Amino acid sequence: MKVSTKWLKDYIDLDINPEELAEKIERTAVEVDGVSRLDKNLKKIVVGATVEVRKHPESDHLNICQVDVGAAELLQIVCGAPNIAAGKKVIVALPNSRIAGNVKIKKSKMRGEVSEGMICSLQEIGFSESVVPKAYAAGIYLLPDDAKPGEPVYSYLGMDEDIIDLDVTPNRADMLSMRGTAHELAAIYDQKVILKKPALQEDLTDKISNYIQVTADKELSPTYLLRIIKDVQVEESPMWLQRRLWNAGIRPMNNVVDVTNYILLDYGQPLHSFDYQKIAGKGIEVRLAKSGETLRTLDEEERKLLPNDIVIADDNGPIALAGTMGGLNSGISAETQVIALEAAVFNSSAIRKTARKHNLHSEAAMRFERGINRGTVAEALDMAAQLIAELGNGKIVAGVAGTQDSIQPVIINISTKKINDVLGTELQIAEIKDIFERLGFTIEEENGNFTVSVPVRRWDISIPADLIEEVARIYGYDNLPATLPSGELTPGKYTYKQQVIRDTRSILEESGLMQAISYGLTSDKKAQRFMMEDAQSTRLNFPMSSDRTTVRMNLISGLLDDVAYNNARKVSDVMLYEQGRVFYRDVDNDRPREVEHVAAAMTGLYSAQSWHDEKKQIDFYVTKGIVEHLLTVLGVTDVNYRASQEHEEMHPGRTADIFIGNLFIGFVGEVHPNISKEYGIGRTYVFELDLQKIIDFNNELIVYQPVSKYPVITRDVAMAVGKEIANADIVNFIKKQSGKILSNVQLFDVYEGGKISTEQKSLAYELTYSDSSKTLEDDDVTADFEKVMSKLQAKFNVEIR
Amino acid sequence: MDLKDRLTKLKVKALSEIDTVEDLKKINEIRVNLLGKKGPITEVLRGMKDLSKEERPVVGSLANKVRDELTAAITQRREKLEISKIARKLEKEKIDVTLPGVPVKAGQPHIIMQVIDQLEKLFLGMGYQVVDGPEIEEDHYNFEMMNLPKDHPARDMQDTFYITEQILMRTQTSPVQARTMEKHDFAKGPLKMISPGKVYRRDTDDATHSHQFHQVEGLVIDRHITMGDLKGTLQSIARTIFGDEREIRLRPSYFPFTEPSVEVDVSCFKCGGKGCTVCKQTGWIEVLGAGMVHPNVLTMAGIDAEVYGGFAFGLGPDRFAMLKYGVDDIREFYLNDVRFLSQFAQKG
Repeated sequence: MKVSTKWLKDYIDLDINPEELAEKIERTAVEVDGVSRLDKNLKKIVVGATVEVRKHPESDHLNICQVDVGAAELLQIVCGAPNIAAGKKVIVALPNSRIAGNVKIKKSKMRGEVSEGMICSLQEIGFSESVVPKAYAAGIYLLPDDAKPGEPVYSYLGMDEDIIDLDVTPNRADMLSMRGTAHELAAIYDQKVILKKPALQEDLTDKISNYIQVTADKELSPTYLLRIIKDVQVEESPMWLQRRLWNAGIRPMNNVVDVTNYILLDYGQPLHSFDYQKIAGKGIEVRLAKSGETLRTLDEEERKLLPNDIVIADDNGPIALAGTMGGLNSGISAETQVIALEAAVFNSSAIRKTARKHNLHSEAAMRFERGINRGTVAEALDMAAQLIAELGNGKIVAGVAGTQDSIQPVIINISTKKINDVLGTELQIAEIKDIFERLGFTIEEENGNFTVSVPVRRWDISIPADLIEEVARIYGYDNLPATLPSGELTPGKYTYKQQVIRDTRSILEESGLMQAISYGLTSDKKAQRFMMEDAQSTRLNFPMSSDRTTVRMNLISGLLDDVAYNNARKVSDVMLYEQGRVFYRDVDNDRPREVEHVAAAMTGLYSAQSWHDEKKQIDFYVTKGIVEHLLTVLGVTDVNYRASQEHEEMHPGRTADIFIGNLFIGFVGEVHPNISKEYGIGRTYVFELDLQKIIDFNNELIVYQPVSKYPVITRDVAMAVGKEIANADIVNFIKKQSGKILSNVQLFDVYEGGKISTEQKSLAYELTYSDSSKTLEDDDVTADFEKVMSKLQAKFNVEIR
Repeated sequence: MDLKDRLTKLKVKALSEIDTVEDLKKINEIRVNLLGKKGPITEVLRGMKDLSKEERPVVGSLANKVRDELTAAITQRREKLEISKIARKLEKEKIDVTLPGVPVKAGQPHIIMQVIDQLEKLFLGMGYQVVDGPEIEEDHYNFEMMNLPKDHPARDMQDTFYITEQILMRTQTSPVQARTMEKHDFAKGPLKMISPGKVYRRDTDDATHSHQFHQVEGLVIDRHITMGDLKGTLQSIARTIFGDEREIRLRPSYFPFTEPSVEVDVSCFKCGGKGCTVCKQTGWIEVLGAGMVHPNVLTMAGIDAEVYGGFAFGLGPDRFAMLKYGVDDIREFYLNDVRFLSQFAQKG
């Protein structure tokens, strides 16, 4: 809502600079988007009178004008506007003036002719295209004939008015009007408003029933009023009215439509004007649209009406979409003589639906949706009728058609104690009383208990909490104390699950991974990759783009997007992890289960070549090492890794499923080359774990194992084995077959090629033996070692080397 | 020559020899030669048997004195040589200490998570619980329980991704509050919670809009909670995130779930309030919304609004991070460019 401080002064006597006023409004009522005035930064733009206009000899569209700008000599200005003519008052940007966009106008030559300045359109001096009257949209603007040559144009055009742009919150629709805003400022500054009442003059020789009858469904339109104004001449509005409209961001049209818009701004009451002679019959009905009905609206669009649309209908059918937009056929034209003027209240939720369904978010619809002042419907109608009659030399037919519901002020009881309890203040009864009075509320008070009667114009107030807000904001939020909740102490701590999630994050970060946060919404295809359990996908019903249609069921897809983004920008070394939810839906449910996962994607170098170290490439084992570290630190035991070819998106020879015992908790491996290719990324290693399963794992408390006081004995063994035999098989076999004295088996070398046959690989292990109760005998160790080695040879056909 | 003279001369000669020797091996040789069983002092001592009773102790004591002096001189010299030997060795071992150290491989939390972590720490310290809830919610919890019935004009403030008519991507973390309020047993004390998490809005992504972002919402419900308590709590948030010097101010606003509702500005951390580009010359930056819980919200959750009341606030860690670190494009947070993420390795 753009509020002109000049207009405000008609209603309230405030002598405050606009910035200060805006600040006060922002601190006390609603947000302010900005304070502006159109003449800001403009220079030397004056009224000119075109004395002579002749064709430019070298051009088919330029004219050479001799212009009186109040100086001793005429200025010669070349002008290309189609509506230039002699004997008109125009806007002249003098040489060395500044017009909109900080453009400087200099004396110049146009096709050989001197041009001392520029004759301007409204747009050229800073008006928005959307407010320029249609008649002047394609050319220059013509000022009123009584404009004085040489005078600055600003006050003629209302460009010297300060405009405060209010960003009115949905609850304060009362401030979507000049009168409402004036009431608000009166409360803030403890002033009185002076509001003009309509001085209605009806033509008592004629009466409304000769023209029209109204039937309105009370549910749809509790108040529906029509007046008739006859013998109206439709023409351009006077300047004062045009100025008020364009300063509020509304394009002037004609003296009828302009008045309805003016009253909309003044009272916040949307009005609609019909060309009475286009209405079929004398009966106007407010009803819901019937199936199959259509209406061509003022924007020339043919609309199929929906069963919830409220319409205004004549004998032939709908002539307006109630509260949103009128019909083209019954609209005001230059030929209109009799006007049916409507002021009404429409069901706000129906208007809201209509506005949304037809995408018609007009100023009127916005106000009906949020509610309007039901106390001034008739007054606004009278004011508008009177103004139309005055501006169009018409007559108001006596009487009003339609009915109006009676509306009573809301009564709310509240105590001083309650107000102070909620605000944390120690306000006195008198202070509260003063605030209510400033707001214009009628009060009765007894022992600090208030009975407050809230005027109809503040329909946002209905419960005690609303009154507390009024007190708080007028008293000033700056004056509230700053305390902390007292009362019973409560412990603040993470749940076990929250702690595990946070531990997981810090373990991975300490392992060198950066935390990524990717999008939870992705494409259908990406959502369903790297799945860890059978589930249905969950899709948006109206997605905004094909990239974001479905809720993710894995984290890796998002991380691969991140890797691709980095690789595309020449960042080839990437180690990212993400902790977040995946969304698994069961067939019978609309809502998915949300499961906490953690995943990582790693590509490029683990560590770069340096003067000190060789470079180290990220590979399966680097990645697996991080998983092992994570699970160890989280206290998960009995973890095992099993080669897996089950994951379509993973390298079939380089992927392991991860289990706790026999419980599948995730996988680690290299992304399938087909997928890497699709993303345009290098070899990438990933893992994804179901964190919930880890959280559910009942990890045992660590029990201290005494450190053996006796020396350990080690045996090294290298063996050639078939390539198909897994390290885990051998380690598990050694552990199983050895006696109790075996304390550890450590793989320290893997070797292929050279002297080893191509079907084999060489594995080298260090076996550590210890006994916590006595010194080990070399012979005992040898015996145990030899026994296991021979069994190993028999089992796996290994060659001990 | 008499023994005394020999001893004196021996001493002078030996001392000069000791003083000039430069080699640790040689000094050892000198020690053996001088003080060993075959050395001159031993020889003198042996020759004492020919001396008179009177002379014997005199010479004996002199011999011992000379031996002690030489022993001391040798020890001293050896120590000196040893020190210089170590010094030479250390000199040889000199390295270029300006070469870079071996990098420690370390990742770090995402910048948004750092903001959330800071807030969690603050509120855990004040006795709040951290409560998580579903990202895919029911309309009932996301809107209706928040005093936003269907067709409420304020629903326009939040464009929503729906999955079905009743199921949606949560647009705020307040549904977590609704769920927690429903379950809370006030016999066990007040309800003090924050709910951090992801939220979604039907917005076209650009520099200042993202269809996915984060929220941390807070809620306190008890018998005697005042708007002053809200103000003090908001002040703690502002100071924790933006610095101890920060002031806050409240402006009226509107949220359907609170009444009164306020918008909260923090004094500009860049200019301290004098006015700069960050605060658009106002000295203040809008950082969050808050208010006193609307009685309808309490009633719908089964809480007696006559007895209990409280405050709620909601803030955006994305916006906080953008303000604090001068990030001018919200999309940066979700693209995970390593060059972006790694800029926030420093704590807090």
